[in-house]
Amino acid sequence: MIHVDALTKRFGTLTVLDGIDHRQAEAEAVVLIGPSGCGKSTFLRCLNQLESHDSGRITIDGVTLDAGARLDRETQRRLRMQSGMVFQQFHLFPHRTALENVMEGPLHVLKLSKAEAEARAHELLKKVGLSDRAHFHPSQLSGGQQQRVAIARALAMQPRVMLFDEPTSALDPEVRGEVLAVLHELREEGMTMLIITHEMEFAHDFADRVLFFEGGHVVESGPPKQVLSDPVHARTREFLRRVRPRH
Amino acid sequence: MKPAATPSLPEPASRRAGWRRGRVSHQLPQCWLAILTLFCGIFLSSAAPAKTNAWELVQGRGVLRWGNDAEGGAPYIFHAPDHPEILTGFEVDLANEIAGRLKLRSEFVQGNWDMLVPTLRQGGSIDIIIAGLERTPENQAKVAMSRPYYFFAQQLVVRAGTPPVSGLAGMRGKKIGVLSGTASQRLAEAEPGVEVKVYQDNVNYFRDLEVGRLDAVLTDTPIARAYLSGNTKLIPAGPPFARGAYAIAVRHDEASLLELLNPLIASMLSDGTLERIYTKYGLWNDDQPRLADWKDEGQVGEQHRSALREWSTYLPLLLKAAVTTVWVTCGGMVVAVVWGLVLALARLEGPRPVRWAAIAYIEVFRGTPLLLQIYFLYFGLAQQFGLRLPAGVAAIVSLGLNYAANEAENYRAGLQAVPRGQSEAAAALGMSRALALRRVLLPQALRIALPSITNDFIAMFKDSSIVSVIALVELTKQYQIRAIDTGDYVGLGLMTAGIYFVMSYAASLGARQLERKLRHDPR
Repeated sequence: MIHVDALTKRFGTLTVLDGIDHRQAEAEAVVLIGPSGCGKSTFLRCLNQLESHDSGRITIDGVTLDAGARLDRETQRRLRMQSGMVFQQFHLFPHRTALENVMEGPLHVLKLSKAEAEARAHELLKKVGLSDRAHFHPSQLSGGQQQRVAIARALAMQPRVMLFDEPTSALDPEVRGEVLAVLHELREEGMTMLIITHEMEFAHDFADRVLFFEGGHVVESGPPKQVLSDPVHARTREFLRRVRPRH
Repeated sequence: MKPAATPSLPEPASRRAGWRRGRVSHQLPQCWLAILTLFCGIFLSSAAPAKTNAWELVQGRGVLRWGNDAEGGAPYIFHAPDHPEILTGFEVDLANEIAGRLKLRSEFVQGNWDMLVPTLRQGGSIDIIIAGLERTPENQAKVAMSRPYYFFAQQLVVRAGTPPVSGLAGMRGKKIGVLSGTASQRLAEAEPGVEVKVYQDNVNYFRDLEVGRLDAVLTDTPIARAYLSGNTKLIPAGPPFARGAYAIAVRHDEASLLELLNPLIASMLSDGTLERIYTKYGLWNDDQPRLADWKDEGQVGEQHRSALREWSTYLPLLLKAAVTTVWVTCGGMVVAVVWGLVLALARLEGPRPVRWAAIAYIEVFRGTPLLLQIYFLYFGLAQQFGLRLPAGVAAIVSLGLNYAANEAENYRAGLQAVPRGQSEAAAALGMSRALALRRVLLPQALRIALPSITNDFIAMFKDSSIVSVIALVELTKQYQIRAIDTGDYVGLGLMTAGIYFVMSYAASLGARQLERKLRHDPR
């Protein structure tokens, strides 16, 4: 489903991603962990083309984008449409209701009819448990509710892959569960997902595979039991000791 | 009759020194203080000024201070073409002769022509006016006037090649330019079916006639004679008509000066001095010897008029002018809001050359006076490229182009205040940049920029007064005309301020309503 070869991204002289290779099967849930600044967020943003990569090749479900001297905007757009992105800070459109936020993409990008877009939006809001909040503005919703609307908004574009950039980091602990519940539901349905998180317990229960990022490299990759409980690399152990001092 | 020959740019700009695009200030205490001061002014103004022996005062100073407008133009008072530092003109010679015979030094005092009478009445800076002032009951109600020193008449001027016209009656449905506050204006306005355009100087109406904005100009014979000599584009239409008289003006409470001036004028006529001076400027004609036959039919006493008491006459005039203010402002704002958005997008989103062009536009339009831009658009384009914008269009476009620079910056501030995550969220949904701007960024930016934009809208109500320089009578101009006419600056000022306040307040109420409606936090 996802096929990344030798992906490199530089900001000026700083190499943020240094030749990343990544394969991910359909319906596989991959969790990215690593210290801040390690490149895991940039990796997700390259997959969604919020950042364009400097070299390497990204393929998602048959759409391939090569880094080149001239950016192929049309291919970039098609690649972007393969994935849905959920941000740490939600980034809902504050001037539109929850329903309108979800309808926005289908209506104006996919050019669905208003009735179709609205039906799809209602269905997705129901799925994330917010049917009764359809006509609320983001400022009237809690953080957890806003993030669930943001997930519905991304799903409305019917992406092949969902990308989550620390989806619960901005949330109070007591509302994280409602967002994680939505993630679990997506997993049940067989959505291919890439999730950045600092919640090791969630990673442990949720992931098919965990990638440990550091210094623009994937240092370690494997099933959660192995990477989180019995890491091979010293750096992974050190990172886990810092985020989970009791282990 | 002879106000500014060339539009004097710095003057109105400095008069509007406090003119600033601005934030609406909430200075209520000062506001009440100002109103209180105004009312005090009304009571104080009713106190009669002390009678003085005017001649003793003038003699004591040894100087005769006479008012005129040197921007005026030939043949009254003008800078000699080959010696620009020397003032010449038949009224200069006249004033020097009078001062000489009174054994006084002649001192010319510069004033804007339409402000000479108010300045004289206020006292302190000039003793007499020798400035082509007509001896009419209206003028005599404001100042005391001597016997006539010159008989003039009205002359209709048209473009060469125009079919012959039979006087004013033949001008129905045509546009005639006249000078503000003159006999020409009164005559033209009394003629049914004639569209009268009022100017503040006696050069620009000739320019507008030359380029075709006007069908004719009605003016005094000396002005027509001076402007038409050597001019091949314009010709007099028909013989002069409606004779009038120029006379010297003094303050009513110094009317005793006339007992000196009247015999002096009579003797200058009988000893041939006037004929010599007028011949020098080509102004002597068969009318002038009849100056000797003139009989004083009695002075008109000073009249104090109260516009507040005559509000039913003046309020409709002001309201009609306020309509002009409203459409010029609303039209200007529409242009500014639309064009400003284009500029802001060009500046933020355009490729480099477009961005530079937008920045250059914004800096030039913010960095040069609005007045200059209006002159350029109205007179400059007509002269250089034959593009003759009607005054209303020129006013709206120049206000719009000027304010667009400001609105562009308001939009820019708004767009830059929208969090970056919003563009990313839009991009992640697959929106193009244009779609993201339209659906996501601009709606939010507009809400942020709205208070600044509505502030500018209210400021434009006041700034729109500047368009009076291109023959548009809006509220402030109407106030000025009527205040000079009646001498009641306070009463008319209160009415005018009231109208401005109602307009601005209505605009801010509307703006607040709009802001409330657009606020995305419905709580």
